[in-house]
Amino acid sequence: MDALKQELKKNIIEQLNLEDFTVEDILDDDPLFGDGLGLDSIDALELIVLLDKDYGIKLTDPIEGKIVFKSIEVLANYITENRTK
Amino acid sequence: MKACFINGVASISAQATFNQSCFLEDVIVHNSKTINAIHPNYKDFINPITGRRMATGVKMGIAASKLALDSAQLACPDAIITGTGMGCIEDSEKFLNSIIENDEQYLTPTSFINSTHNTVAAQIALTLDCKGYNVSYVHGSVSFESALYDAQLLLHENEASNVLVGAVDELGNQFIQDIVISEENQSQAILTPFGEGAHFFTISSSRQDGSYCELKAIQIINIATPDSIQENLKEFLNQNRLLLSDVDVIVLGCNGDEFDCYYHNLQRLLFDTIPQIHYKHLCGEFFTASAFGFWVATNILKKQYIPNSVKLNNVEKSRYKNVLLYNQFKGRQHSFTLLTSC
Repeated sequence: MDALKQELKKNIIEQLNLEDFTVEDILDDDPLFGDGLGLDSIDALELIVLLDKDYGIKLTDPIEGKIVFKSIEVLANYITENRTK
Repeated sequence: MKACFINGVASISAQATFNQSCFLEDVIVHNSKTINAIHPNYKDFINPITGRRMATGVKMGIAASKLALDSAQLACPDAIITGTGMGCIEDSEKFLNSIIENDEQYLTPTSFINSTHNTVAAQIALTLDCKGYNVSYVHGSVSFESALYDAQLLLHENEASNVLVGAVDELGNQFIQDIVISEENQSQAILTPFGEGAHFFTISSSRQDGSYCELKAIQIINIATPDSIQENLKEFLNQNRLLLSDVDVIVLGCNGDEFDCYYHNLQRLLFDTIPQIHYKHLCGEFFTASAFGFWVATNILKKQYIPNSVKLNNVEKSRYKNVLLYNQFKGRQHSFTLLTSC
């Protein structure tokens, strides 16, 4: 699980061009949207593509997305339970 | 008809042009086949959270537009008009490569947004909260001149008082490299490096104390021969009630290829007694390189000085009033632009 969290942090920094962040800057329970990393709706689309491409998870329900993208901790748990690749 | 004064200028190029106090005194001699722009610290102009998704072209456009507005002491223009030949080619390459690599799946939004050619003008408008006229021209090597012409019409028709006009092109990573290879196989290839840059100008119907010059006229001609271009040029001057002898400086877009014969004819036959200027050896060749020439011309008229680095001959004049710019690319897309001191 820890390896997955590290991988997610690295991919999010790279995919979303979070130039000023390092893996160490992102805590497992930091909110991804709003006050935490300050991600926005376009970042949400990028994350949906990332989940599909890297883990074979298709997120179609916006309400589910809101829960899944709460933090790295929640996202890693969701991926572990639902990944197809 | 209202006049068009150039009240603010800004340039990001392969030379140190972003520093407004310098005017090509110490130039960098480029020997490589491609040359990147000298980028300012974009964090001085763009919020890092907003800027993280911006393409290089967008960042260049926002920084240059901010400087052009600041130098005209203007917070927000009535209209924003840009020209670009290739748009943000780096993200277009990324988006297209992603389509191929992922079998048309998993397309991410950021590179798509950046790959649309109007994204620079749009992002400038968002940054300035400018809800006015916003148009981008993508017409090869007359993209900048098309934008300039539109701005002139807006001012003439009294539909705007202050217009931000600019041109942006990126070097990218792949496509231009392919063009370089293709160009090397030509019998008389482009000799200047390929480059990139952003050039913005604040054009207003009111003259200011710090105005650079006045934009008098622009003409775009798609097809012309090296002989017919002379007649086109005389007719252009005639329409603006000028004689050949009224032109004080000619600014030419020479790049060393076989189509430089268009310039050579004008240099030899029409303008052998006035200062002749070239600039693409400094900024590189790209579809909106003529905007760098325009930036050079506006500075010559304001400063009444021609830097040695752009001189094609040794003729000097005590005063520079009328500057004529002529550019073409591969024998097509010819443009004349006439500036006069104010």
